Amino acid sequence: MRQQSTHLLEGSNLSCVRDDRILFEQLNFKLPAGHTLLLEGKNGSGKTSLLRILCGFREPDDGQVLWCGEVIEDSQYHADMAYVGHLDGVKKELTVLENLKVSLALGQPGTYSIQQALVKVHLSGYDDTLVQALSAGQKRRLSLARLLITHNVLWILDEPFTSLDKQGIALIETLMTEHCANGGCIVLTSHHDIDLPDVSVQRIHLS
Amino acid sequence: MSLSHAFFALIRRDLVLALRRRSEVANPIFFFILVITLFPLGIGAQPKLLQAIAPGIIWVSALLATMLSLDSLFRSDFDDGSLEQILLSPQPTSILVLAKVAAHWLVTGLPLLLVAPLLAIFLGMPGDALPILLGTLLLGTPVLSLIGAIGVALTIGLRRGGMILSLLVLPLYVPVLIFASNAVEMSSSGLPVSAQINILIAMLFMALVLAPWPTAAALKMSMN
Repeated sequence: MRQQSTHLLEGSNLSCVRDDRILFEQLNFKLPAGHTLLLEGKNGSGKTSLLRILCGFREPDDGQVLWCGEVIEDSQYHADMAYVGHLDGVKKELTVLENLKVSLALGQPGTYSIQQALVKVHLSGYDDTLVQALSAGQKRRLSLARLLITHNVLWILDEPFTSLDKQGIALIETLMTEHCANGGCIVLTSHHDIDLPDVSVQRIHLS
Repeated sequence: MSLSHAFFALIRRDLVLALRRRSEVANPIFFFILVITLFPLGIGAQPKLLQAIAPGIIWVSALLATMLSLDSLFRSDFDDGSLEQILLSPQPTSILVLAKVAAHWLVTGLPLLLVAPLLAIFLGMPGDALPILLGTLLLGTPVLSLIGAIGVALTIGLRRGGMILSLLVLPLYVPVLIFASNAVEMSSSGLPVSAQINILIAMLFMALVLAPWPTAAALKMSMN
């Protein structure tokens, strides 16, 4: 294991062009361990594009993304990060437990067991429920449970609060605070105001 | 967790999914049976002719049935975001892709093998040719799935990729069709077929080794 303090996400000179439109250019940021990066901006300003660049799904049109000082191409980066996007990434024909087992098999075991994670996201007792029977908010909490059961340092969250109620939002904020306190870091987009008093939050405004 | 654990977990997941959406999965096999049973009705009472073209009928139907099923290989994973999660796994994507193709073949290719002998007898194929027919299907249909996976991965991001998909993969399917149906035809007339079988074996191994990489790369590209 590397030292927690060395974990660092860095974007240098990032730019993204979509359909001949410059979404952003010369974007620089450095994210130390325990910090959160909040991307703000109106719809279509390139928040999701930036997240997908950080995931490695999309090549930046210029610049590069560094993880611990190295360009993100190796599988080590993917072992250290987890992504929850617009789509929940869960199979509706499978049960809650089956979904989490597959996620666990695809990654490396993390801090919490599946049962502990389900308790954390208030889904205990739903183990054998088919995902199609869950509400939108419950599905969201299930996909966030994935963050807890696999090993990861960096969370990339695209609108994590969508379809969650007040308690759900508070729950995720608690989990995020805990993750940062343990030396992890988070990049997220959100329309809601996030309330993380114990975490140092950097903001990037895309326009 | 180890790579083999991820590999088998993914196969298991896809098999469970197939079991829970049976009607969708049964489509290609129904198509296969329907096409083959319609041929005798269309051709009329000419058992000699039917017997002569039986290998071709069975293999063309198997090929089209496989093509029909290709879209389901990555479609639902693409639509619900599971594919993103698979690509973000620290395990090598090409191996995970191989797991997906293996599960897909077990669900769509293997059933063809099970009903093919019955349909072959129905078309009047001599009994001696049955083992060769099964052998060519066993070797050939995985090749079709593996090659098809490349095409699906390339077209998954397109809204109407079906037409392009057929144009992409059909030319690559032709060699399999030629060697496989030729082997069955020769064995019906009692001729040796080891050359064709060897070529099919070579194709299978080549596809097993070479197809997963471009598939993985194309999937990453489609995520853009």
